[in-house]
Amino acid sequence: MPDYETLRIVWWALLGVLLVGFAVTDGFDLGIAALLRVLGHDDAERRAVLETVEPVWEGNQVWLILGAGAIFAAWPLLYAAAFSGFYFAMLLALLALIVRPVGFNFRNKFTDARWRGFWDWLLTLHGIVPALVFGVAFGNLFLGVPFRYDETLRLTHEGGFFDLLRPYPLLTGLVSVALLLLHGAAWVAVKSEGVVLARAERAVRLLAPAFVALYVAAGFVLYFGVTGYALQGGSTPAGPSNPLAKTVIVGSNWLVDSPLGGWAVAAAIVALAAALATLPLCGRRHHLAMFVASSVAVSGTIASAGLALFPFLLPSSLDPRSSLTVWDASSSRTTLGLMLLVTALLLPIVLAYTAWVYRVLRGRVSLEHVKQTHGMY
Amino acid sequence: MIDETVVTLSRLQFALTALYHFLFVPLTLGLSWMLAIMEAVYVMTGREVWKRMTQFWGVLFGINFAMGVATGVTMEFQFGTNWAYYSHYVGDIFGTPLAIEGLMAFFLEATFIGLFFFGWDRLSRVKHLVVTFLLALGTNLSALWILIANAWMQNPVGSRFNLDTMRMEVTDFGAVVFNPVAQSKFVHTVSAGYVLGAMFVLSISAWYLLKGRNIDFAKRSMTVAASFGLASALSVVVLGDESGYTVTEHQKMKLAAIEAMWETEPAPAAFTAFGLPDVAERTTHYAIHIPWLMGIIGTRSLDRVLPGIGELVGDAEQRIAGGMKAYAAMQRLRVDRNDAAARAEFEAHERDLGYALLLKRSLADPATASPDDIRAAAASTIPNVPVLFWAFRIMVGCGLWFIALFAYSFWLSARRELDRRRWYLKAALWSLPLPWLAIELGWIVAEYGRQPWAIEGVLPTALGVSSVSVAQVATSLAGFVLFYSALAVVDAVLMLKYARKGPDGLGMWPPATPEPVPDHSVVAARP
Repeated sequence: MPDYETLRIVWWALLGVLLVGFAVTDGFDLGIAALLRVLGHDDAERRAVLETVEPVWEGNQVWLILGAGAIFAAWPLLYAAAFSGFYFAMLLALLALIVRPVGFNFRNKFTDARWRGFWDWLLTLHGIVPALVFGVAFGNLFLGVPFRYDETLRLTHEGGFFDLLRPYPLLTGLVSVALLLLHGAAWVAVKSEGVVLARAERAVRLLAPAFVALYVAAGFVLYFGVTGYALQGGSTPAGPSNPLAKTVIVGSNWLVDSPLGGWAVAAAIVALAAALATLPLCGRRHHLAMFVASSVAVSGTIASAGLALFPFLLPSSLDPRSSLTVWDASSSRTTLGLMLLVTALLLPIVLAYTAWVYRVLRGRVSLEHVKQTHGMY
Repeated sequence: MIDETVVTLSRLQFALTALYHFLFVPLTLGLSWMLAIMEAVYVMTGREVWKRMTQFWGVLFGINFAMGVATGVTMEFQFGTNWAYYSHYVGDIFGTPLAIEGLMAFFLEATFIGLFFFGWDRLSRVKHLVVTFLLALGTNLSALWILIANAWMQNPVGSRFNLDTMRMEVTDFGAVVFNPVAQSKFVHTVSAGYVLGAMFVLSISAWYLLKGRNIDFAKRSMTVAASFGLASALSVVVLGDESGYTVTEHQKMKLAAIEAMWETEPAPAAFTAFGLPDVAERTTHYAIHIPWLMGIIGTRSLDRVLPGIGELVGDAEQRIAGGMKAYAAMQRLRVDRNDAAARAEFEAHERDLGYALLLKRSLADPATASPDDIRAAAASTIPNVPVLFWAFRIMVGCGLWFIALFAYSFWLSARRELDRRRWYLKAALWSLPLPWLAIELGWIVAEYGRQPWAIEGVLPTALGVSSVSVAQVATSLAGFVLFYSALAVVDAVLMLKYARKGPDGLGMWPPATPEPVPDHSVVAARP
């Protein structure tokens, strides 16, 4: 089995892979739902928009569930502190996500226009709320979250939901919304035709510059206006997962002083370049390439945040020593090794059959087809 | 100090969301296999009606599946939001089966359910059947992994407390996976789901027969339901008995509470078929005993003794005293890691550490507990006897009724007389809610019967909560109640609408043109 330090770094990287997996796949589900009323003006058009994801969204959502499960298994301290600390934010995202399965399934079960209009509004909200919440949560990581451990490692929180809504997290929330809307529009462009496709292309042309502007602004604020945390010592990469052993200083710069700050900037540049690349690709109607570019933008954005924070996972503003880092918030070496083995065996199989399913379902959703069927589902 | 209101509200929220989620999951478990069976018959015989049966029951399956997915996300998050200390304390062991469940099971079922609905025209018959089979396999694998996690809460094997990290850590993952409790629980639980799936198809089909609609369609469906249901009902009772036997070994208090066995009886103990348990007097009024039966079920012997509640409370007092020594040694070790005497003392009483944590509910430092505190904490290890006593008996009564009903259905179906007896059809229709009742009561016996422990003997439930305020949990609980009630109404309306419409109303069956007779001569002519 690899040593403890290596396992922790691998699981830190896998945490990133899971977040990217979630944001790239489920991200476009959220994006298309948020844009539902914009991309589809009548019922048939909206059904066409929904049908671009209806056969695949359940599989996509598993990235979120797996993400939670894997954080529980590999980073139990992070799971406990982040999920209980962001209590109402999590609840809000959860309730929004619960709307989707029932919304997709129930919307088409009655033809009444008010019934469908009601679900369309709910689905729109369900797309925007989690995108905003996840972005706000990421912003709060950079500012620190008010929690501390006592000597028996029992956790207490201070502050409530509205303390999360500070200016910087709100800005990162908007970054996240713009990014996932862009990604959703790119997906619809791949999977639709006619008037819906034209609207999706227009959405990409508006959203790509919006995302770039917001993301650059968030970068500037992070550089000039946000106080960073730095690990000074006390915890060792192979030591026991006990956060209280270390010393943390507050007052550094996330982009300059962070051990992987340079890589964070590089990831950010990749994200920006990919987001800008959607524009010429949209102009030349290379829709699939445009979707790949928006996927790279999503991945680069998440990577930039994770790399800037390294080795921190969840800094504590209340008691910096209680902050969770890669070196003191993980499971035991046995569990990390075992989980790595299981992931190495199963994830390739998952990716293989997911690819097969997408291949079977390839092709654009045509409005004529939607008008002829009333939905099997 | 633990806020008891937060504990109560958090437990209420967990119980309500879990019981609600568990209305949908068992139906998914059972119905998915029945879809696979119907489609397999379609692929083998080529008869269109079997495809239409798969599709029609598939519509109802889809409505139910959506609810299961929607309410399942809550469960995956709730350990972290509301049970943060629990997550921290046992995440090293408990998180792993949850993550494997996601990788091995959720991806499988969720990825293939889309193809199940949208793949009829895109896939060959055999490929579509494989998709349906993988969907059923995925749902059942998910039950396996979540029950491995749950079984560890009932019987925490393969793990040890780590003084450096102040939590439980895994020592033997094989023991966690092959936990005997997990095996009997898994088969018992999925069988219960199969019974529900079979009853669902049986009852709705019986309704069509009562109305004189969809006769052939309904009789075929009932035949599948009768055979699948009979096998499952037998399995659920037999494996339920096995489950009872494993409880004897690992959760003696739960068993004693289910039986309202206040004092230890000479072996073999009698089974109390009926009675009114009285918690204050610690006795059961108007008890009707069946001699020997409990001893035989519980110990598989005539001479092994089953301990009663009084004796088990005495054992708990002993273990609390031991746990206090472990806790005090732990405090000394925190000051001086190299205190060899303290380490030896800790290791001697380590297995009782959880019992000292029972005292933490009312005391900041368990080492200062008075004899009264200890007696109170030991008494708190008795679960709610009347609730368990009755929940168990109603569940078992339902189980026996299912065996009778499915056996009779099977006999009728073999004689091709399913549509001949109206009283039978009515009984089949009105039995529809019973599997749900039995399943929810089964959850209550298993999980409410585990109290006051979150992890049996290791972590009291009250200690597991997050540091959230009463207002936070009250708000989220109210949110769930409102939101889930609205969903329940929508779900019920849709289920009723589609069940009422039926295959005829949905234009699925009978077909506009008569079904062509499959040409078997082609197959027969092959060498």
